Amino acid sequence: MIGIYNGLVADALAVVKAPAADVWVVEAGTQGPFAEASSIPADTRDAVARMPGVAEAGAITYQTIEAAHAGQTLRLYVIGFEPGRPGGLQRIVEGRGLGTSHFELLADRKTGLVLGDTIRLGRNRFRVVGLAEDAMNSGGDPAVYVTLADALSLQTALDPAAARVQVARGDQGIRPATVAAVIARLEPGADVALLTATVRQWKHLAALSQIEQEDLLLASVVDRARRQIGLFLGILLSVSAVVIALIIYTMTMEKLKQIATLKLIGAPDRTIVALIVQQAMILGVSGLGIGLALILLVKDNFPRRVVLEPFNALVLTGIILVVCLIASGLGVRAALKVDPATALGG
Amino acid sequence: MTLGDILVNVQGVAKHYGEGETRVDALRSIDLRVHAGEVIALLGPSGSGKTTLLNVIGCILAPTAGRVELDGDAVFDGKWLRSDLRRLRLDKIGFIFQAHNLLPFLTAEENVSVVLDLAGWSTEKGRARALELLDYLEVGNRAKVKPALLSGGEAQRVAIARALANRPRIILADEPTAALDSGRAQLVMDLLRKLATEQEACIIAVTHDEKIFDRFDRLIHLRDGRLVDA
Repeated sequence: MIGIYNGLVADALAVVKAPAADVWVVEAGTQGPFAEASSIPADTRDAVARMPGVAEAGAITYQTIEAAHAGQTLRLYVIGFEPGRPGGLQRIVEGRGLGTSHFELLADRKTGLVLGDTIRLGRNRFRVVGLAEDAMNSGGDPAVYVTLADALSLQTALDPAAARVQVARGDQGIRPATVAAVIARLEPGADVALLTATVRQWKHLAALSQIEQEDLLLASVVDRARRQIGLFLGILLSVSAVVIALIIYTMTMEKLKQIATLKLIGAPDRTIVALIVQQAMILGVSGLGIGLALILLVKDNFPRRVVLEPFNALVLTGIILVVCLIASGLGVRAALKVDPATALGG
Repeated sequence: MTLGDILVNVQGVAKHYGEGETRVDALRSIDLRVHAGEVIALLGPSGSGKTTLLNVIGCILAPTAGRVELDGDAVFDGKWLRSDLRRLRLDKIGFIFQAHNLLPFLTAEENVSVVLDLAGWSTEKGRARALELLDYLEVGNRAKVKPALLSGGEAQRVAIARALANRPRIILADEPTAALDSGRAQLVMDLLRKLATEQEACIIAVTHDEKIFDRFDRLIHLRDGRLVDA
């Protein structure tokens, strides 16, 4: 459960961290582009890039689409960016970056796409030229990166029949280009707070620092999942405690004669308690070990990422030991009530 | 036979359960002295008070009245005179059970040395003492074996070794030969007699086994909680 939660957080943050931005410029009055939809003029990028302290800026779009590939429907998180400007992948594990203005894409391995594959997105076919890892949105949909031009076309280009209807209604099909956000990287020593405050002075824009964006995403998108998983984890631990308590109690009841014998030959209560607690701990640690081994074996086959940190394993070990300690109480109580005289007489 | 020190001295011990019409007198004014080197049997029909007396001497059950001295120390005089009865049992009393009661998850050697661990012996010394006792009782070759793989006679000898481990001078045995055939029962009794003599201990056994009556120095009969013949 902790691994699934970590995976949720890691997935959610992956898309925010990928551009390695310092400042996110989004639509005023929104908490975009992840927690809410955001739409700003694409030329905002030029205005931001000219601001003092900004080293470089790039426009970026996000949209989720479904595309058919190899007999399956892939749900993809399409990120449009301007090659050579902030917004693209930091690391391509196989292949190359986007080399042309159109119809190439970079895909996360979890899409199932391989180098050279082609896939139809909207009205055009795209060729996979590079592969990445751990690039996905907070919903776990694997990401594909295309040029901003292709992404905008994907957003706005209509099906031919729909386009004809629009033309018949007098729509000239000319719309101002809009993007989800403009991201900026600052020069060393530049003041993030000053820049965001300056951007906010433009009434149609809002600005968030990278940390604010990450916090916002965690608070708005992941928080419910976190609480849900936390509740489920609590229920699981409670059920485990009851199961361990019943097992320990049953094991203790089966050993009453041995416990009576130990008491009769002089074993103090602390020895008896230690034996039962030790038994509970062995049970808990064995379960933990088997669980950890199992999860490490199958975690890569989960539909979403499972991230197990050593610290989480340590905390979980601590929690399980405490649960076992509490669960052994029932057995300890039964053992302490055993009369040593029951060891005598058959 | 020359009588040694008085190891068990029971004076006027009584034990009853319940009050009024439901009162049951399990022991009535029992006086009993057992000396070092003595092997005695407690006999009597079911409900006569044998096990109750054994429990009182073993400091498992508090009598209602009377005085109990073990190995020269007064342990009960209207009330327990010591709070650490388990330690008292560990130091002064060895128990042998009808069904050996060995701990199944320990080897024969560990079953013996567990008493010494409890008594505070070092692991090395405890192990050496356990092996010495198992050799003495001719089951040293079975030291690493778990109780489930021991024969009835072997298991009972391991149980005797456990009872003797911390050199107690009072051995209480509850039907020690009940689970053994006639030949092995005689062997176990001979062994207990030898131990009583060599280690200056006394052995008090509850038994119904008539075939071994001749191995005891005294047969103590109980009926309705009273000694009828000592």
